[in-house]
Amino acid sequence: MSSSAPKLCVADVSMTFKMPTGAFHALAPITLSIPQGRFVSLIGPSGCGKSTIFNIIAGLLEPTSGRVLIDGVDATGTIGRVGYMLQKDLLLPWRTVLDNTILGMEIQHVPLRAARERALPLLHRYGLAGFEYLYPNALSGGMRQRAALLRTLLFDTDVILLDEPFGALDAQTKLKMQEWLMQLWGDFGKTVLFVTHDVEEAIYLSDEVHVMGTRPGRIIATIPVPLARPRVRGSTLSPDFLVIKERCLELLHLDSTASEPVNEAA
Amino acid sequence: MTVQDTTPTVGAMASIARVQAKPEAAKPTARTVRRLPVQKDWPTWALIATQIGILAGIIALWEIGARAGWIDAFFWSQPSAIFNTLVIFFTTGDAWTDIGFTFRSTIFGFLIGTTAGSLFGLSFWWSRNYAAVVQPYIICLESIPKLALAPLIVLVFGIGLPSKVAVATALTLVVSTLTTYAGVKALDADGEKLFYSLGATRMQVFRKLVVPSCMPWIISVLRVNIGLALTGAIVGEFIASQHGLGRAILYAGQTYDIALVWVAVLVLSTLAVVMYATVSWLEAWLRKGVRQ
Repeated sequence: MSSSAPKLCVADVSMTFKMPTGAFHALAPITLSIPQGRFVSLIGPSGCGKSTIFNIIAGLLEPTSGRVLIDGVDATGTIGRVGYMLQKDLLLPWRTVLDNTILGMEIQHVPLRAARERALPLLHRYGLAGFEYLYPNALSGGMRQRAALLRTLLFDTDVILLDEPFGALDAQTKLKMQEWLMQLWGDFGKTVLFVTHDVEEAIYLSDEVHVMGTRPGRIIATIPVPLARPRVRGSTLSPDFLVIKERCLELLHLDSTASEPVNEAA
Repeated sequence: MTVQDTTPTVGAMASIARVQAKPEAAKPTARTVRRLPVQKDWPTWALIATQIGILAGIIALWEIGARAGWIDAFFWSQPSAIFNTLVIFFTTGDAWTDIGFTFRSTIFGFLIGTTAGSLFGLSFWWSRNYAAVVQPYIICLESIPKLALAPLIVLVFGIGLPSKVAVATALTLVVSTLTTYAGVKALDADGEKLFYSLGATRMQVFRKLVVPSCMPWIISVLRVNIGLALTGAIVGEFIASQHGLGRAILYAGQTYDIALVWVAVLVLSTLAVVMYATVSWLEAWLRKGVRQ
């Protein structure tokens, strides 16, 4: 842990939605503190409020209580402070891959020429060479995710939120994309908050894994991942890795049996 | 097994099943062997030749019938007379004035109605409250048969070009508005989320997301609108006009010049086909531009 203020701090954030049936507690007060350059994952069952946290950090949702601090400065309810990649790639079909990746810069009024000049070398270096001037419908799922992730990176914020970016990819492509993401993270030194359903993916990529529970959404455990970097595929079979994985699965299972008491036999 | 004897093959399978179920009735039934029916496509020249042949046949029958007295040429006219009238219409008559007049009212009505309707439809994105307030009025406007208002429009705008443009605009405007509004409602909320997460202003979301997303919707009504605009222009001319193909048809009908009615209808159809083809081409070109 660094001595200075954490890069991203979620302080006692809670969220209650008013529903016709009454108040719905989506998030119990949650506190997260993430130092600069860390890779942190959130795992948990669906409906545990992972996306709600992301929307609050991105300023798209005003929390019922609590604050979001970036570099120690209050950023609650302000947009454009963090890079946010949603589950869908959301590439605009009428723009080329290159023009899709510069969308963030364009919105921040970076001149088009300068933005394209910045983006091109990155597209070349990170596996999109030859695709710059194609339209997204000509790209495979993996390539589309790459373009979407580069768009997020080129937005040039220190903090990046990735909401299940590889959820819709096939297993083979997913592994390749994880390696690719590790390379990017090493090169750019961003602070990453990563949401996934995949326990192995979370542990393999992260410095720290937060396990979440439902009703209301909350963090039930924080598990550090002290495995050495750079990690290789084989490390997912190492005893240390398996111990962490078992612990995570146990916590997730505990939560699911707690919320569904009927299912005791399972 | 619940097999319905709808096709011979299924029927055959059902009979096999029956045979297997009752081995004592094991008399081998002869199975009908059929080939897949195959249609042979004619070459293009043969298709076109047949089409021309049918047209020529009809015209020939009409002419012969009129000469032989089977068809009353006073009411139906006859091809040779129509052809003569056509030549006169284009050489000494005011064919080009009429074509130009109808063409202009159609194009102006089409452009004004489509543009204004699209902008109106897009404007609903800016405020949900405004959209909710205005929507019932639009639906009312859609259900009114606009052509019924044509006499009123002619009264207000006079018997010149503006009244024809106004009728054509009235017909196209509502269609464009409703279709574009449907496009606005079909916007993916996640797209807006992405833009706002990048710190976009509402104007940026509108220009870079809403307008391009709605373009396919706007383009999709162009072909419908060109037809509607032409209808509007013709009806406007029917009611009161000094020029135009619609007026030529009306005038010819009232003076029992049936050959001229046919000529004007023929020219009008040609104009309609040309404009429709142009707009179809424009639509294909725009569609390629917006990649959707």
